[in-house]
Amino acid sequence: MSITEIDRSYAALRKDRPAEPADALVRLTPATARGRQVPRWLRRGIGPVALVLVWHLASITGVLPAEVLAGPATVLSSAAKLIQTGELQEAVVVSMQRAMSGLLIGGTIGVALAILSGLTRLGEDLVDAPMQMLRTVPNVALIPLLIIWFGIGEAPKIALIALATAFPLYLNVYAGIRGVDQSLIEAGRTLGLGRAGLVRHVILPGALPNALVGLRYSLGIAWLALVFGEQINATAGVGYLMANAREFFQTDVIVVCLVVYALLGLAVDLVVRSLERIFLSWRPNFTGA
Amino acid sequence: MATQLHRSLKTPAAVAVRGLSRAFGPRRVIDNLDLAIRPGEFVALLGASGCGKSTLLRILGDLDPEFEGEVVVPSRRAIAFQAPRLMPWKRVWHNVVLGLPGRPDRKRAERALDEVGIGHRADVWPKVLSGGEAQRAALARALVREPDLLLLDEPFAALDALTRIKAQALVAELWQRHGCAILLVTHDVEEAILLADRVLVMKEGVIAHHEPIALDRPRDVADPEFARIRGALLDWLGVAHGAAH
Ligand SMILES: Nc1ncnc2c1ncn2[C@@H]1O[C@H](COP(=O)(O)OP(=O)(O)O)[C@@H](O)[C@H]1O
Ligand SMILES: [Mg+2]
Repeated sequence: MSITEIDRSYAALRKDRPAEPADALVRLTPATARGRQVPRWLRRGIGPVALVLVWHLASITGVLPAEVLAGPATVLSSAAKLIQTGELQEAVVVSMQRAMSGLLIGGTIGVALAILSGLTRLGEDLVDAPMQMLRTVPNVALIPLLIIWFGIGEAPKIALIALATAFPLYLNVYAGIRGVDQSLIEAGRTLGLGRAGLVRHVILPGALPNALVGLRYSLGIAWLALVFGEQINATAGVGYLMANAREFFQTDVIVVCLVVYALLGLAVDLVVRSLERIFLSWRPNFTGA
Repeated sequence: MATQLHRSLKTPAAVAVRGLSRAFGPRRVIDNLDLAIRPGEFVALLGASGCGKSTLLRILGDLDPEFEGEVVVPSRRAIAFQAPRLMPWKRVWHNVVLGLPGRPDRKRAERALDEVGIGHRADVWPKVLSGGEAQRAALARALVREPDLLLLDEPFAALDALTRIKAQALVAELWQRHGCAILLVTHDVEEAILLADRVLVMKEGVIAHHEPIALDRPRDVADPEFARIRGALLDWLGVAHGAAH
């Protein structure tokens, strides 16, 4: 029987409707026969490239004056200069150190508090309510207080980052611990696991996916807090570079700094992805491998 | 509350339950229930959905202490549930020996997995196991503990018909080899008659009926005596069966 014959007999079954061959049956095409498409990465690359091109054209034609925004060529050459003098690397290292020490302190506090309140009723009663209250305070609003407490050196910057990163980790690890499948905990008990064994083999591994989500948020926020923190009278770091550039209307250097912030954020995201690849390959819906 | 859960290594019976009651709110799901299981005996427990079979099993497994009455069970027990409940973040072999004292013993895990026919799956994550394989892994995990009492709560209910038949044969074989007492909760009357020494029917919070199965093993569903027992059990379960079978 040909397709059209099938169409007709199928349409005959639906007497109330006139024959609609095009509607009755469709031929499904396998993915392999759908023709070669432009690869995804190439398609996704078109937008950014076009943007840079427009930016470039606008600045060489003078539509976009350098005082407003330097062109990509200028930005590239001043990036090269900053790298040659070593200024950029130095600034990046200082900023990275700030972000990482802040994250280390904040993350440790956040995870420790989450474990305390996730695992014990007493911990929950003592810790969770204040944490839920404090998290509604916007971190940057604390800058004046942090300056009063810690002065204008490294301490308030790191404190700001620590404060900002503690909360996402706290909230996610706590939710992860509380969300562990109860039936698995029960299974663990029937296998003879004691409290410590349950925590180690069931509860903490079960909370790990959430913990990594928390880490991702924390890293994102660490960057944000870094940008704000480096506005506090910095004498080194990417923020300092940027503040200097502002004084002299060097929009090219400012753009370089913005790109550096973006690249750092990207790098950190890659790190979290690798961590997920390593630690979450057991997940049923894991697709990152 | 007269709550007692005695544990002893050597009991004359594998399970001795007297006057057991368990209420959820005002509802007494188990109401003055008595039950004895001999060491090495294979007992199947039938009953309408929601009649309290899992509740009884959970009490015997020391997962639910909120009962009244006297319960004596062996200290070495193992449970397998309808869902395999493997830890998704541990490799299959690691799941098998989880909770055993000492360092995780890979050899021991592999022997247990070989015994249930999935030795080649020792190194994979539980997520890649099929339903039947996961249930076998759960059985290996239970048996590696050398239990005197194995509690099975509808372990085959989620398996497809073919896989279920194989799994039933496997349980029969493992029981012969290990000689532990088994309490198997099932809703499948034929499965109960195929496997058990004795079939219990639970109703209104008590064991309403004991049906000893004297048929030789391996058993044949086509045996007239098999059909008679099935008919009797279906009557106890309140299921009209004349036309259906
Ligand atoms: N934790 C619980 N809280 C309240 N009611 C429960 C609980 N567990 C079981 N029940 C009730 O007890 C009855 C018996 O449940 P169960 O033992 O799971 O039945 P089944 O025989 O199907 O295994 C059901 O009506 C169920 O709703
Ligand atoms: Mg049940």
